[in-house]
Amino acid sequence: MSVPVYLPRPQLQQLFDVLIGYGYRIIGPVARDGAISYDEIVSASALPWGIRVRQEAGVCRLQTASDERGFAWANGPQAIKPLVFAPLEPLWRMSRRGANFEVEAVKAEERPTAVLGVRACDLAALALQDRHFLGGAHVDAHYAARREGLLLVAVNCTHPAPTCFCASTGDGPQAASGFDLALTELDDGYTVSAGSQVGEGLLSHLALLPATPSQLAGVQQALHHAAAVQTRKLPGSNLHDVLLARLDHPRWQEVAERCLACGNCTAVCPTCFCHAETEQATLDAGSSTHRREWDSCFGERHGYIHGKQLRPATLQRYRQWLTHKLATWHEQYGRSGCVGCGRCIAWCPTGIDITEEAAALCAPQP
Amino acid sequence: MNAAHLPQPAEIVERIRESDNIFTLKLRFADAAYQANYCYAPGQFNMVYLPAVGEVPISLSSDPEDDHLAHTIRVAGRVTRGLAELKSGDSLGLRGPYGRAWPLASALGKDVVVVTGGLGCAPVLAVIHYVLRRRSAFRRLVVIQGVKHGHDLIWAAAYAAWAQQPDCQILVAADAADALWPWHVGSAIPLIEQAQFDPAHAVAMLCGPEGMMVAAARALAARGLDESAIHLSLERNMQCAVGLCGHCQLGGHFICRDGPVFAYPEVKLLLERGGL
Ligand code: SF4
Ligand code: FES
Repeated sequence: MSVPVYLPRPQLQQLFDVLIGYGYRIIGPVARDGAISYDEIVSASALPWGIRVRQEAGVCRLQTASDERGFAWANGPQAIKPLVFAPLEPLWRMSRRGANFEVEAVKAEERPTAVLGVRACDLAALALQDRHFLGGAHVDAHYAARREGLLLVAVNCTHPAPTCFCASTGDGPQAASGFDLALTELDDGYTVSAGSQVGEGLLSHLALLPATPSQLAGVQQALHHAAAVQTRKLPGSNLHDVLLARLDHPRWQEVAERCLACGNCTAVCPTCFCHAETEQATLDAGSSTHRREWDSCFGERHGYIHGKQLRPATLQRYRQWLTHKLATWHEQYGRSGCVGCGRCIAWCPTGIDITEEAAALCAPQP
Repeated sequence: MNAAHLPQPAEIVERIRESDNIFTLKLRFADAAYQANYCYAPGQFNMVYLPAVGEVPISLSSDPEDDHLAHTIRVAGRVTRGLAELKSGDSLGLRGPYGRAWPLASALGKDVVVVTGGLGCAPVLAVIHYVLRRRSAFRRLVVIQGVKHGHDLIWAAAYAAWAQQPDCQILVAADAADALWPWHVGSAIPLIEQAQFDPAHAVAMLCGPEGMMVAAARALAARGLDESAIHLSLERNMQCAVGLCGHCQLGGHFICRDGPVFAYPEVKLLLERGGL
């Protein structure tokens, strides 16, 4: 990582201009539909200036503040995941040729994309998705094509939400790796450091100042504060053995009574990777498109086999989700599948809190 | 999705009706070079693609040395119902082979005990044929098959013929059967006691409902067979077959990629637990 330098806020637009000059489309945070969403933007003016986000279990509300900060919120329902693992995309097309047929792969769009304002938790989640889609014997070509053209500008989290617990999972609030540039927002500008050669190259185009000791101290204090204010936490970094030993804990039934099995948690979770493959045919079935779309282990089709449900009860589905995320993920990818972003807590319609459930399930038993 | 993982057109060279809802398709890839290079081992599966409808995972039931592939398919849903309508000369798509095969190399020179439950258990059918074709490479072959009702037993003639072969023992049980049923009435599991094999030099291969396989594994272990010599083929919802879509997970295993054949100790706790 390079020595931090300082970009005064009025110069933030330079970063946009440089990226656009290099042919990147910029995806950044905007305040929209009552939440932070990541959209294509061309100007720094589109950022959510003066916006705060109140997030609690089952709650997300935008609020306004009277300052000039653009990144003074924790996160929105989505960030990087939909950009690399598309919510719905075609994999191949079939066309009939007389009695025969042909199948042709559909290529993923590969436009170079810069994501501005990614959080440490999202970088950690991206690293996990990379391992899933790229790290095995079968490299997913669609994910790979999008991932390759991705430039990541992190903004360290200075305003975590009450739902956040990245400090307890070790994934935030400061981005440690996996970014091209990392910014930390102060009252009148940003400290900036590069995390890659591409990032270094970008720095050379910006009108930067040396970061002063007081700016650096301000950053340290803000990041320390961002970790210190987090009250939620997981009861340990590896819950594999304890959770798998408690598959009959009465807590599963209690949480199943509140769970609507709606799948919101899996949709907002930046590490959930399940997807369904479906076939969409033209009316005469002369051609069709084989697609994949995000799926959820809470849904009807996930555990469907030969006309039966493997996990018919909500209890089984919630248990599958939580034990995968916090236990069997360790077997698959050597760490927990939770990066502490708190999205599943905020976006659960009934406010089910993964940290509370994990604590109850893992509490010492008499 | 890589080019290697696109369905390859294949032609149905023969359709064999096995029962009201089970049929076998003998297939050959439209591209002769592809056919010539296509290698697989018993226990592996293909994603069978019905154009414009979708894919289903189906185990290969042919012998790797055959000049065609075969899939024995039971009608269980939309895609298999559509596949059942196809006739010889029609085309479908195949991508594969996927998954871990039966450990046939480790069974060489040993007794092979096959336990299956339910209908049209294609994964073990491939094993039975494989052993019978290479009779001298293996010692005894014991096949224990359970069905719900006697009239569910397809390949009854084949079972009777296998029973006549040297060093073969065929034990069939139906939970219920008509008066002329020649085999055992009741569960197939107690028949494991009658199986003649040398537990110190045997490999067992199981396929069928998970509860039945757990019971069979217990009975085999009680006969002195080491649990690591017991292998079973698992079924799950499979959509990608390459360890990505997440549907086939059992505990930390992706059954499409880490299985479908497992050594019993790898999945014992998960299967004994059930409901996961
Ligand atoms: S499980 Fe919940 S808190 Fe953890 S990464 Fe997924 S959405 Fe975020
Ligand atoms: S079938 Fe998709 S992960 Fe196994």
